[in-house]
Amino acid sequence: MNLHEYQARALLQAAGIPVPDGDVAATPAEAEAIAKRLGGRVVVKAQVHAGGRGKAGGVKLAKDAAEARAHAGTILGMTIKGLTVEKVLVVPTADIASESYVGVILDRASQRPVLMVSPAGGIDIEEVAAKTPERIMKLGVDPRYGLLPHQAMQLGFFLYDALPQVRAVAAIMRQLYDAFVRAGGSLAEINPLITTPDGTVLALDAKIVVDDNELDRRPGIAALRDTASENPAEVKAREAGLTFIKLDGSVGCCVNGAGLAMATMDLVKYYGGDPANFLDIGGSSNPEKVVAALEIITADPRVKAILFNIFGGITRCDDVANGIVTATGRTKLTVPIVIRLTGTNDELAVQILERAGFSALTDMDEAVKRAVELAGRAA
Amino acid sequence: MSIFIDRATRLVVQGITGRDGSFHTKQMLEYGTQVVAGVTPGKGGHTFDGKVPVFDTMAEAVAATGATASVVYVPARFAADAVYEAADAGIRLVVCISEGVPVLDMTRVMPYLREREIRLIGPNCPGAISPGRCKVGIIPGSICREGPVGVVSRSGTLTYEVIHQLTRAGYGQSSCIGIGGDPIIGTNFIDCLAAFQADPDTQAIVMIGEIGGTDEQQAAEYAAAHVTKPVVGFIAGQTAPPGRRMGHAGAIISGASGTAAEKMTAFTRAGIAVMKRPADVVALLKERRVAA
Repeated sequence: MNLHEYQARALLQAAGIPVPDGDVAATPAEAEAIAKRLGGRVVVKAQVHAGGRGKAGGVKLAKDAAEARAHAGTILGMTIKGLTVEKVLVVPTADIASESYVGVILDRASQRPVLMVSPAGGIDIEEVAAKTPERIMKLGVDPRYGLLPHQAMQLGFFLYDALPQVRAVAAIMRQLYDAFVRAGGSLAEINPLITTPDGTVLALDAKIVVDDNELDRRPGIAALRDTASENPAEVKAREAGLTFIKLDGSVGCCVNGAGLAMATMDLVKYYGGDPANFLDIGGSSNPEKVVAALEIITADPRVKAILFNIFGGITRCDDVANGIVTATGRTKLTVPIVIRLTGTNDELAVQILERAGFSALTDMDEAVKRAVELAGRAA
Repeated sequence: MSIFIDRATRLVVQGITGRDGSFHTKQMLEYGTQVVAGVTPGKGGHTFDGKVPVFDTMAEAVAATGATASVVYVPARFAADAVYEAADAGIRLVVCISEGVPVLDMTRVMPYLREREIRLIGPNCPGAISPGRCKVGIIPGSICREGPVGVVSRSGTLTYEVIHQLTRAGYGQSSCIGIGGDPIIGTNFIDCLAAFQADPDTQAIVMIGEIGGTDEQQAAEYAAAHVTKPVVGFIAGQTAPPGRRMGHAGAIISGASGTAAEKMTAFTRAGIAVMKRPADVVALLKERRVAA
């Protein structure tokens, strides 16, 4: 789960990291009031889960409170990479002497949290890694001991020459590491971390990504979820216990298991079609999940054919069949459906489906080919 | 022969009285796995299914039965502690089926196990099966048969699909290992490649990877240098959009890294035959003259 900048900022502040003053606004009037309190000259920043906000016109400098109001009016409601901006962060402008990057990531290869710093801040760290990797320093942290003071100092000397700043950034890094652990993060970064002309070190922008598996045990973090900023179908799917990702094609896919769901999408493409979605109904056998899945898929007007691909293991094919019969009994399907079932209780499933007027295939390739053909015919 | 599990494996089920634990324990017993004990705190002294003694703690279970391996079916938030408990009780192989284990937990579990030289398979995995000998986890025994092909995969049902294609064409399996779909896992592709290479009964290896991370790329380099047996590979997620988690916690293209194309190129460069779709597995094995 991605946190908004203003949420990440609040977590860093709670960990003791110096961040500039500022607040979040949902209306132009609120933005104006915040700007007034901050002395007029502010930056108005779109709060949306997308990179490249600046380029998209979602970050604007205002010379006074009236202009802050006007900018907030433009940015609020704006669409950036398909996401509508519901909130803006209003912060004072900063005098910047230097910009660096400080981040913690969960590194898959070393199986540890890794601290990553670069004196090339303010730009995408992946770009720095690709073009000037020598400007990045990485340090693996043993999670049982945390980031040790001397390790933080070592990283600090890579960023700054002056000892007071090295000490300041070392403290910030240890606080950032703590915030990362407390949030159950998979990433926490400050970009840029700035120095002002008088030598103060400040976190100007923050990003935290939370490991979804942490949310059950961290209700405070889970409460930060902003469903308004997500695709409504994806929210509905999550609430039904499904994993759904919307794509642009015309073959609606419903599969059990994430790997098989990806392979099914790939096979749709292989046979010349385009998948409308990724959808994993998971390992359980609850017919209600199948009902929810069908509702979500059929709500997409681009879908011209529906493809079920079920390999029964823990999932029982008869449960899926019952779900299909129940769902299609409630709402009549307006697009053709192709069903492939193999594995646990598949014979029973075929009987259930045939009684309801459906037919079922047992071969994955045949089913995908048929679904692509039907979707193509409808288009 | 087989890898990691065989007829001698003496298994404890952690979470034996839970919904998943009890269902799959019955399946494992039916398959012939030596399930020697179960553990559920508070259920010590009971007997599962009329034959498996249940203990309150792993220490008691191992002391009473001489168990060598365990399988974890407990809810995700208790999974890390279940793995520590198995390690402290002297278990040598832990298979963690539980899905949803926090990754930070895994960063602490892994050094603990490494220091004790304990193998973990998973988490978030279907487990392992050595057809005809032993099954630990949830891979359906009915789709497998004994034979020369070693299978290793990050997926669950996609693995079943490939096993099904193999079995239908007459290719049995030496062992099938589901290593799990999480970003941090106990046993990776390289571990399995090394074990299959050393296993005299494995004649060919099928690797099923997916988007996210660099495990497949590193495994490809390893295979080129150390594996003499034919390897056939598949990568799921060729049509996955970047930056989205495709169901598995580890299945995400970050920036431009971890794509299917990058992994398939690494396979080709290492001499691994690349399947464009699951059904290609049989033709590619035949092309490499692997006898069924």
